[in-house]
Amino acid sequence: MQMIDMTVNGELLHLDVPDDMPLLWALRDVAGLTGTKFGCGIAQCGACTVHVDGKPVRSCVMPVGAVGNRPVTTVEGVSETPVGKKVQEAWLDLEVVQCGYCQSGQIMSAAALLGRNPDPDDAAIDAAMAGNVCRCGTYPRIRAAIKQAATA
Amino acid sequence: MMTNPHGPAYGLLESTDLTVSSRRRFLQGTGLLMGFVWLGRRKAFAAGEEPSLKVIGGGGEDTGNAFEGFAPGGFIRIGRDGSITFVIPSTEMGQGIYTGEAMLLAEELEVGLDQVRIMPAPPNEELYRQPILKSQATGGSTSIRGAWVPMRQAGAAARTMLIGAAAAEWAVPSEECRAERAVITHIPSGRTLTYAALADASIRQPVPQDVPLKDPKDFKLIGKNTRRVDTPSKVDGSAQYGIDVKVEGMKIAAISICPVPDGKLVAVDDSQARKIKGVVDVIKIHNAVAVTGDHFWAARQGLAALKIEWDYGAKASLSSDSIWADLKQASETGKPVMGRSEGDADAKMASAAKRVDAVYELPLLAHATMEPINTTVHVRPDACEIWLGTQAPTAVQQVAAQVSGLPPEKVIVHNHLIGGGFGRRLVADSVQQAVEFAKQVSYPIKIIWTREQDLQHDLFRPAYYDRISAGLGADGFPVAWTDRTTGGSVLGSYLPTGLPEGVLDSDAIEGAAQPPYALPSIRVDWIRKDPPIKVNWWRGVGPTHNVFVVESFMDELAHAVGKDPLEYRRVLLKDNPRALGVLNLAAEKAGWGSPLPERTGRGISLHDSFGSYLATVVETSVTPAGQIKLKRIVAAVDCGFNILPDTIKAQIEGGMIFGLSAAMYNGITFKDGQVEQSNFHDYRQMRINEVPPFEVHIIPSTEGPGGIGESGTVSAAPALGNAIFAATGKRLRRLPFSREELQAPDIAKQTLGMVPPVALGVAIAASLGDAETGGSSGHQSQPAEV
Repeated sequence: MQMIDMTVNGELLHLDVPDDMPLLWALRDVAGLTGTKFGCGIAQCGACTVHVDGKPVRSCVMPVGAVGNRPVTTVEGVSETPVGKKVQEAWLDLEVVQCGYCQSGQIMSAAALLGRNPDPDDAAIDAAMAGNVCRCGTYPRIRAAIKQAATA
Repeated sequence: MMTNPHGPAYGLLESTDLTVSSRRRFLQGTGLLMGFVWLGRRKAFAAGEEPSLKVIGGGGEDTGNAFEGFAPGGFIRIGRDGSITFVIPSTEMGQGIYTGEAMLLAEELEVGLDQVRIMPAPPNEELYRQPILKSQATGGSTSIRGAWVPMRQAGAAARTMLIGAAAAEWAVPSEECRAERAVITHIPSGRTLTYAALADASIRQPVPQDVPLKDPKDFKLIGKNTRRVDTPSKVDGSAQYGIDVKVEGMKIAAISICPVPDGKLVAVDDSQARKIKGVVDVIKIHNAVAVTGDHFWAARQGLAALKIEWDYGAKASLSSDSIWADLKQASETGKPVMGRSEGDADAKMASAAKRVDAVYELPLLAHATMEPINTTVHVRPDACEIWLGTQAPTAVQQVAAQVSGLPPEKVIVHNHLIGGGFGRRLVADSVQQAVEFAKQVSYPIKIIWTREQDLQHDLFRPAYYDRISAGLGADGFPVAWTDRTTGGSVLGSYLPTGLPEGVLDSDAIEGAAQPPYALPSIRVDWIRKDPPIKVNWWRGVGPTHNVFVVESFMDELAHAVGKDPLEYRRVLLKDNPRALGVLNLAAEKAGWGSPLPERTGRGISLHDSFGSYLATVVETSVTPAGQIKLKRIVAAVDCGFNILPDTIKAQIEGGMIFGLSAAMYNGITFKDGQVEQSNFHDYRQMRINEVPPFEVHIIPSTEGPGGIGESGTVSAAPALGNAIFAATGKRLRRLPFSREELQAPDIAKQTLGMVPPVALGVAIAASLGDAETGGSSGHQSQPAEV
């Protein structure tokens, strides 16, 4: 039997999945971590964003076989990082969320941005967040919350 | 026949003001001023709601049959264990209604929002029929308008009974007792009793017949910003949308649907698919085939391995060209249904000093909710159980009953948080399909539509072809106004029995029939031309369609007589203080009239829809290559009494951005019977880098609350179109706005991608195992600035 070993949110998982299965479905349908969302399946919307080794990845197009031994962090585990916690708190403080479906991906993209750039300007926010679509139009608050998290 | 300017778009076939009259009728009808309906505890619990109540936010225990305590009506449950549960009748799809309706109950019940749990209401028309829509549904910006009085009364009645029980226990007058944070205190003695301790005794209290409501000056919750109850679970990933459901023994299904509407499945060769590891079954219905698997990936692999033969049927040649040609012809030769006629507009038009005519065209629109359509169903011999997010739980129940052959009370609907509704989830088409598949297998199946299917098999907002004219007097102001809208009937598509020809679908003229302006004569009518596909409600409903035409045209009239569009509107609004109030505030905050750079302009739009007044100023520049670059948005709203002010702002922001995406980018087109768009690369949405600074100003009001979930969407296209005109002198009368038409004359035609290649770059990077997706990819995603 083919097994994939993968560290997700600090926990080593043994998943019985094929190499070419997108990380998204391994997380959602096999590991039971449904916070990561399916939005488009072709890396157009960012709803499936997770961190692989701290960097943002569209899990809908990343095969599990490509993860290797790099640690995976999802929205369920991002509060364990100081930046992730700050981002989630800012999201709560500013009531960013509406329907919420894209917000796991937004939060993961924002946490990755702040992880590599603790004080992003508007252009840096645009660059890091333009791959995440929100149909409810929460963008003004996302921008404000990233700035608040940066100063927290 | 007249339509109601603030009225609902759903189910409206009457000429009366339902906003007021339905509520009044409803209250008189019940005889008890509380709840949508007040039922005895026994009846409420016998009404099919038992198994489907779960606390939102993931996990949470079932209640229902196990519940024992005080349940006055459908909304409130106070357990002996101290639990306080609110059963919220409206569906939460991002608009904040779980919080808003909970505030109405909590204010009068005298509990804090931190003390209550929220549960979605199960399907039960008797308990949860929305007073304005007259069915258990969430839409048309009706929730708060319908709930404003009854839900406060429900809270007040429950509190009265709890106080009565405490007073009886202590043998003191009720007037000496006060409720606060779920505790009743006997003021003179300082004795206290909790709601939990009173749960049993309260049941025996008489149901109050007339419950006075608090004076708004005494509100503790209503009108004050508070944390939304649904946000924490959406921030930590624990929120359970329909697509997240996991049921014991469940398989996940990927499906293929005939690409042409009303086409049929002929044959399937599944020999290769069944060899794929993880594939469980291949099942067929008349127009689709499903592969079930241990996970969605196996199902999709199996689906890709099928050889499917379709019969495309009669609509194989359907095209957008034919839809437009039909609309245009109907507009010129069809028989109109009168919407409003006052002051003999035709005669006044003939004698006007100047006449202005225009044609506006609006495309089919998809909803493109972030959460693709999905439905989980388990059909058993004794019951059909469904898990999904729906705006219309009883519609789901009815459809599932019909398809499964079970009585409705044997259909259990678990409603979940919705990852975007916008009208899409008012319709139960996916439920019909899912139950047809599920009844062929013994296990529960979760069917997930891909984004491509979600877009291509959506039920679209109709296309419209509208002809509008005005006759202007010597002073340049309208003496005659005619607006003929031509398009399909959403109501006719929605009602199971259809809408008879010749009957007005008020949605077709809502937003056109009652402009906020003083118009001496007006004729608004509708020519019905149903497209050969089903159509559906879309955020902002009638007003999103009609206000684009009215407000663009109002701008045209001002320019036609050389007047400032703001001043022109002001003159026509002298008798409409609320409309004038928002118009003036938005203009002032936006700095209307101050100088702007070349090819930059401001546009204003104004409307009163859903009981709320909204004026919006969009400032935009247009590059020589025709790219729209938004610079600033300022909105001023008067939506009556504020329940949750921050959410009002959020809805204006989000609604506006939703409408701007459509205005700039969106239109569904058909070719050879099939939808041409497939995903977010060719059905593009605004991204964060396109959104300018955005201000929302609220005018305080003591009027009854208006709806606010759709107003921003209504404002978007006309404000932007008017700003584009101010920037370029080009009047765009067709949506979405065409970049080609906006190119400066000296710019050679060049191809600017509609597709943000960000995603492609990310896709390639990710598929190569390169995790980096940040950096400059976002900037690269946008078309080159020229």
